[in-house]
Amino acid sequence: MNKCNCSWVRCFFGSILRFMVGKAIPSQSGFPLGTLVINLMGCLFLAWFFSITAKQKNINPNLILAIGTGFTGAFTTFSTFSVETLNLLKNQQYFIAILYVTISIFGGIALAIIGTKLVSLDFKIKRKTRGES
Amino acid sequence: MIFVGLGGIFGAISRFLLGKWLTSKTSGVFPFGTWIINISGSFLLGFLAILNLKEAIPEWTWFLCGTGFLGAYTTFSTFGYETIQMLQSRKTKNALFYVITSVILGVFFAWIGSLIGDVL
Repeated sequence: MNKCNCSWVRCFFGSILRFMVGKAIPSQSGFPLGTLVINLMGCLFLAWFFSITAKQKNINPNLILAIGTGFTGAFTTFSTFSVETLNLLKNQQYFIAILYVTISIFGGIALAIIGTKLVSLDFKIKRKTRGES
Repeated sequence: MIFVGLGGIFGAISRFLLGKWLTSKTSGVFPFGTWIINISGSFLLGFLAILNLKEAIPEWTWFLCGTGFLGAYTTFSTFGYETIQMLQSRKTKNALFYVITSVILGVFFAWIGSLIGDVL
């Protein structure tokens, strides 16, 4: 029960953090910078988090669920991304719409790859320092 | 702001339960769970966004159901992670199909949702 409550709290804060970051970074001449920053940060973090927890055996699976699926999942959003793209198309801001979709998708994938690579880099460094000492 | 958080709790739990159920029903080669969740969430947000724009719903409903529930129900980070997992296991075609259909159908269904909201 306690563990469940924990993940609820994280979903709560994931959403609120998204709301606050969205407010703090307003759209730049129609370009939805807030959602872009949120989604890109979430992609980097989730890939890093899932990879690092996969390599460590003694981590509570409920904690992975709460932080990964709960917090980061609630922080990032696909529906707002779709609706913002739709609004840009409706306003005939086609260039900004294409730019938004392209940066979101390629940036998200690139940052997720970087997130997983950060973990192997981290492990390599640890192994090296352990070997030297 | 409390509405955003409360909606977020229910959104994320719905995503988790529906995602789990959908994944158990499918082969697991393709992330149907997130795919359906993101497209259905885009449809509902398109619908709600128009109602909010027309001021047909009170502001707290938008915060609770739109920003809170649907924002947390859909997810971009899992979408990105699933895509790189497919790329890393050399299922490039699946990854391409996943990304292209998620984006196109997401925007398309948001548009359908906004049309329905416009008529109401």
